[in-house]
Amino acid sequence: MGDHHHGPAKGLSRWLLTTNHKDIGTLYLWFAFIMFLVGGAFAMVIRMELFQPGNQLVSPNTFNQLTTMHGLIMVFGAIMPAFTGFANWLIPMMVGAPDMALPRMNNWSFWILPFAFAILLSSWFMDGGAPNFGWTFYAPLSTQGPPSTDFFILSVHMMGISSIMGAINVIVTIFNMRAPGMTLMKMPIFCWSWLITAFLLIAVMPILAAAVTMLLTDRNFGTSFFDAAGGGDPVLFQHIFWFFGHPEVYIMILPAFGIVSEILPTFTRKRLFGRVSMIYAIVAIAGLSFIVWAHHMFTTGMPVIAGLFFMYATMLIAVPTGVKIFNWAATIFRGALTFETPMLFALGFVFLFTIGGFSGLMLALIPADIQYHDTYFVVAHFHYVLVSGALFSIFAGAYYWLPKWTGTMYNETLGKFHFWLSAISFNITFFPMHFMGLAGMPRRIPDYALQFADFNRISSIGSFVFGLSQLLFLYIIIQAIRGKGKKATDEVWDDHPRGLEWTLSSPPAYHTFETPPSEKLVEEHH
Amino acid sequence: MTTKHERYYVPAQSYWPIVGAVGLFFIAIGLANLIHVFQPGYDTSLTKSILLLGVGVSVIIFMVSGWFNHVIKENMAGLYSAQMDRSFRQGMIWFIFSEVMFFAAFFGALFYIRMFALPWLGGEGSKPLTLDLLWPNFVAEWPLLNNPDPKYASPNEVIPWHGIPLLNTTLLLTSGATITWAHWALKVGKRLQLNLAMFCTIALGLTFLGFQIYEYSHAYMDLGLTLDSGIYGSTFFMLTGFHGLHVTLGSIMLIVILVRCLRGSFTAENHFAFEATAWYWHFVDVVWLGLFIFVYIL
Repeated sequence: MGDHHHGPAKGLSRWLLTTNHKDIGTLYLWFAFIMFLVGGAFAMVIRMELFQPGNQLVSPNTFNQLTTMHGLIMVFGAIMPAFTGFANWLIPMMVGAPDMALPRMNNWSFWILPFAFAILLSSWFMDGGAPNFGWTFYAPLSTQGPPSTDFFILSVHMMGISSIMGAINVIVTIFNMRAPGMTLMKMPIFCWSWLITAFLLIAVMPILAAAVTMLLTDRNFGTSFFDAAGGGDPVLFQHIFWFFGHPEVYIMILPAFGIVSEILPTFTRKRLFGRVSMIYAIVAIAGLSFIVWAHHMFTTGMPVIAGLFFMYATMLIAVPTGVKIFNWAATIFRGALTFETPMLFALGFVFLFTIGGFSGLMLALIPADIQYHDTYFVVAHFHYVLVSGALFSIFAGAYYWLPKWTGTMYNETLGKFHFWLSAISFNITFFPMHFMGLAGMPRRIPDYALQFADFNRISSIGSFVFGLSQLLFLYIIIQAIRGKGKKATDEVWDDHPRGLEWTLSSPPAYHTFETPPSEKLVEEHH
Repeated sequence: MTTKHERYYVPAQSYWPIVGAVGLFFIAIGLANLIHVFQPGYDTSLTKSILLLGVGVSVIIFMVSGWFNHVIKENMAGLYSAQMDRSFRQGMIWFIFSEVMFFAAFFGALFYIRMFALPWLGGEGSKPLTLDLLWPNFVAEWPLLNNPDPKYASPNEVIPWHGIPLLNTTLLLTSGATITWAHWALKVGKRLQLNLAMFCTIALGLTFLGFQIYEYSHAYMDLGLTLDSGIYGSTFFMLTGFHGLHVTLGSIMLIVILVRCLRGSFTAENHFAFEATAWYWHFVDVVWLGLFIFVYIL
């Protein structure tokens, strides 16, 4: 029964019906990139509207819809699927497995997403327009939201089903499919980061599902979970949402840690410093993520003792995160560094993510947070961790493994150009937001007071450059896929690379490790 | 190259996942439309909504039966290995964990309401003005028989734990024992006992559901306890309702397994589907114990 299939099928059926982890990884990555452009286009309109004070381009309601959809698309449509794409491509090749453990379910996980986002995006064309209450959909804004909210809710259910199945696949692959001799402690750190991420996904996506379910019944069936008139509490929504939401932000950053931890050793010609402590730090961050959620709600209000607990627990996260930053610094220290594009993005990550981490620490302090809350300082903070954090690591990983995946080296000059354009324009866009926020400019509004005009204009100009730079990335990728460039060697970067993926040809065969690699090979490459 | 592992079976292309994705798509848009039919101010067509939902549900039923049939045939053809079996088992365990977390959110909501939201609404804590300014006559109590605002009709009574709930607890716990009996019988090859024990488990599960339906109608008809009767009704019906849905799903799974038992498709060594269903059934059982304690008794 179909066991002798070597190459990919022809035509569209290859992509629709595939069970191949490489194909599914490619699908995830392309889907994420398309969503990245869609969400980015929304951001461009937001920045155009904010280019100068006053309402010019879009109505305030449309503006709210844009910020909402930008957030939802980037979180669930771009960053998460991109990391899942990396997981699909790399985990089987890194652990020496023939494929993901449950290949058909893997296909299902992916193909739910385009349908879910079709529903979400179609809400633009519904009566009342798209959801307009921010990606956090706080009650009672969302309980009173437009009719499309119910479609949004069901599309979130579909995304959740997709994520949970994808995460189950990752965990089972890692636990059950490792080549003989590859103990968990010898496993590549990217796989470790994804193992923990997958656990977080399975733990909290059902919480999100429950939150949107309560929202659905509150809206349509008269339950009063979030309505104090019936004995419920709108604050309950925030607690449930952020119990999902805080682990969720680590879902979007732990795989980034994994990617950067793979890249830095290659371009420093050193082993990752403190590998074991790096693994423990990931586990510690994931564990802490469950007990810090209410730091998103300091201005909502809670008993003092609860506030203190959440403040201290949040600041505790700086310890394992510090372990990671210092270990990366120690890895770089006295290394034989070269600065190819993946390394540039990885270094950019270490510097800029740290800035985002520090502003996070500032936000963790209750007295300070009461000033910063819902200002552009928060917007600056989470774009430093999500754009120069998660997204830069995705770029770094894409450049790092692209030669392995396609067999062709991308254009290094253009790659470096992409990095510098992105890094500079990113900082022009988001660094001024720190100042705007500290000066009191609230987020999620289409108009603002005159004193913020200069910074907003700078920020908007930066964002247009950043947005356009990503088209360069698209061009570089397509050129490499089309084979326009130098042929990549099997080792690609280093003559003695670590990681089983470098023992395969570039590009790898359609099916790899159909029988597990030998213990000797595993031992030589860990 | 010599390895300890057998070759892991990687299936060729499959239609089932994309069929499943289309099915979910139709269910989602069908459901959203159907919900809107019953809301004032929408001109959504009932027929079209039911048609969309019907298409979605049919496609999913077609997908589930087809996909499982396919997997069973592959297993019978000897394509699977011990490693594959472990993948299935671990997959099921993590799926059940995700279900546990889904219920955890609703339990969490219940605890938050009882421990914090209602007492605060009743004037406890550092902000007594909440009571004075919102609903000064509100008294925090549990079960909540007086909602803060009359726009939510309050229930007259709630279901006491010692009637049907206690009986239902006994039924489900017994069914947990009978499915273990069935598993034992399967492993030692006592076919008659296996089928008998499976039949008992299903009968107990369906009886539970019957009592649950009776309890719901009693609550709606006689007690004024409804989904929209304030937070007690909300938490009560959402928790027990989702549990009931899971019992329904579990019963369907058990029936399928019984049919397969009667066909003799399980052996003492090879019966993953049986065990997965048994795990699921135990999970449903444990959730019920949580409900019995926290929703009915306390």
